[in-house]
Amino acid sequence: MRISREDVEKVAELANLELSEAELEMYRTQIDEILEYIGKLNELDTTGVEPMAQVLADEESADATLREDDIVRCDVAAEILEQAPDREASYFRVPKVIER
Amino acid sequence: MNAAWTIDGVREALGTKKISARELASDFYKRIAERNQELNAYLTLSEERAYLQADRIDGLVAAGKVLPPLAGVPIAIKDVISTRGVRTTCGSKILENYIPPYDATAVERLEAAGAVMLGKTNCDEFAMGSSTENSAYGPVRNPESTDRVPGGSSGGSAAAVAAGLAVASLGTDTGGSIRQPGSFCGIPAMMGSYGRVSRYGLIAFASSLDRIGPFATSTRDVAAVMGVIAGRDTNDSTSTTAPVPDYRAAMGKPVKGLRIGIPKEYFGAGMDEGVRKKIEAGIAVFEKLGCELREIHMAHTDYAIATYYIIATAEASSNLARYDGVRYGLRVEADSLLAMYRKTRGAGFGAEVKRRIVLGTYVLSAGYYDAFYLKGQRVRALIAQDFREAFSKVDVLVTPTSPVPPFLLGERTSDPLQMYLADIYTVTGSLAGVPGISVPCGKICGKLPVGLQIFGPAFGEARVLLLADAFEQAGGASV
Repeated sequence: MRISREDVEKVAELANLELSEAELEMYRTQIDEILEYIGKLNELDTTGVEPMAQVLADEESADATLREDDIVRCDVAAEILEQAPDREASYFRVPKVIER
Repeated sequence: MNAAWTIDGVREALGTKKISARELASDFYKRIAERNQELNAYLTLSEERAYLQADRIDGLVAAGKVLPPLAGVPIAIKDVISTRGVRTTCGSKILENYIPPYDATAVERLEAAGAVMLGKTNCDEFAMGSSTENSAYGPVRNPESTDRVPGGSSGGSAAAVAAGLAVASLGTDTGGSIRQPGSFCGIPAMMGSYGRVSRYGLIAFASSLDRIGPFATSTRDVAAVMGVIAGRDTNDSTSTTAPVPDYRAAMGKPVKGLRIGIPKEYFGAGMDEGVRKKIEAGIAVFEKLGCELREIHMAHTDYAIATYYIIATAEASSNLARYDGVRYGLRVEADSLLAMYRKTRGAGFGAEVKRRIVLGTYVLSAGYYDAFYLKGQRVRALIAQDFREAFSKVDVLVTPTSPVPPFLLGERTSDPLQMYLADIYTVTGSLAGVPGISVPCGKICGKLPVGLQIFGPAFGEARVLLLADAFEQAGGASV
């Protein structure tokens, strides 16, 4: 067994994801099987191979093509706020974070 | 079967006033009304916006103006691509009522080129899946065989075009989500090189892999849409400045002497015999066209699925952190902020998305990062190297798109790993960043479509399209 029920619980907590008892057990079994499969990568010796985070050549990479940080008018504040599940004036409202 | 419209056909009909853009849009909405209840390809229709655009095109026709390249062409957009003022759900309950405040660049470019957006298409939730059965809004049915899946995750975009409910559509491809549904629905479908089409407005799944690309009923139409959406966009720093060639002008040239690599590893165990026969017949078409066939090796192919499901889930777990019930989407109330996050995400995401968030968070977590995530990135470099070496010997690679034909609805949902393994021939090109197209290559028993995949080197879209068109013209679709 590669992943325990406690591991899944811990990871779900890190991901801020509420899982039911049934889901915890199902994901444990399925992810265990997937990790077992992923383990085949250990057949490969990757010593000295640079990790590849993205595929673009250096001259086309995001760093090389950054635009100027110019101010562009973007008048969508009202539309954005319209999407909020709970808001007050121009604020998003959330449950109390700090106890007095 | 509905009358088949092409982009050229629409232009001709508008130019000669056989039909107006408004009548054409209205005709497509009639087709949708007849067929969509069964197929579930569209989730949202954008009639108001479509007729506004159609009237603009009709105004150009009336004024005798030159028509833009996609004038009046009815198109459909996958529901992970943002459309201002038009609901965009990502196939998820968590975004059930989300209305984007801006358009994706690809959508903006299509409309600027005259296309008429009919609506948004169904897909696997956040583009995670290979059958469109992971949509929170029910599965899509394959128009070629309605007891079967259309492929995924862009199943709605593929089904809409295959059923004649749009002339072209946009999908997104992270590990095969354009090419595989194209294959399953029997239409051409293309993923350009990473960086070729702006991702601005594409709701992120795995940012180093996600790409937007077209479906249409012919390779020529795929090329026309690709030509419109490709090119640098200052809103996406990973969109490249490489010039966009005239893809259509590059088609029709002789393909004699072009070197086609057939990677042995793409014809291994797990491949359906019916698919194998069709792909072999397809390869014979290239031979007849005078192409030079070469068997080659791509040593790390067998490691691509494992690599892909590390990298894609890691990136997804990070990208999907934004759905927290604060700024948009679903919120499940609770007395603390953390409890609100957890309940919202637990209730809003479906089973596959949660599975990938858990796996992705695990491979990134302390103690496992090196063993999984960094290992995956190193193997990704080896897979990309396989492609570079291959393209030093051959001009393109030809493979099957999927090892299996379209399967029955519900046939594979119980075993996620088996579902992942069927992505084997598409994820490789995703990891390497190269362009790929799936073109129809016959039907098994006359009913189950098979797709043949052509990979080209990075930014070699013109060559891929040239070959795909030559294959189509030589009767490849009916081998």
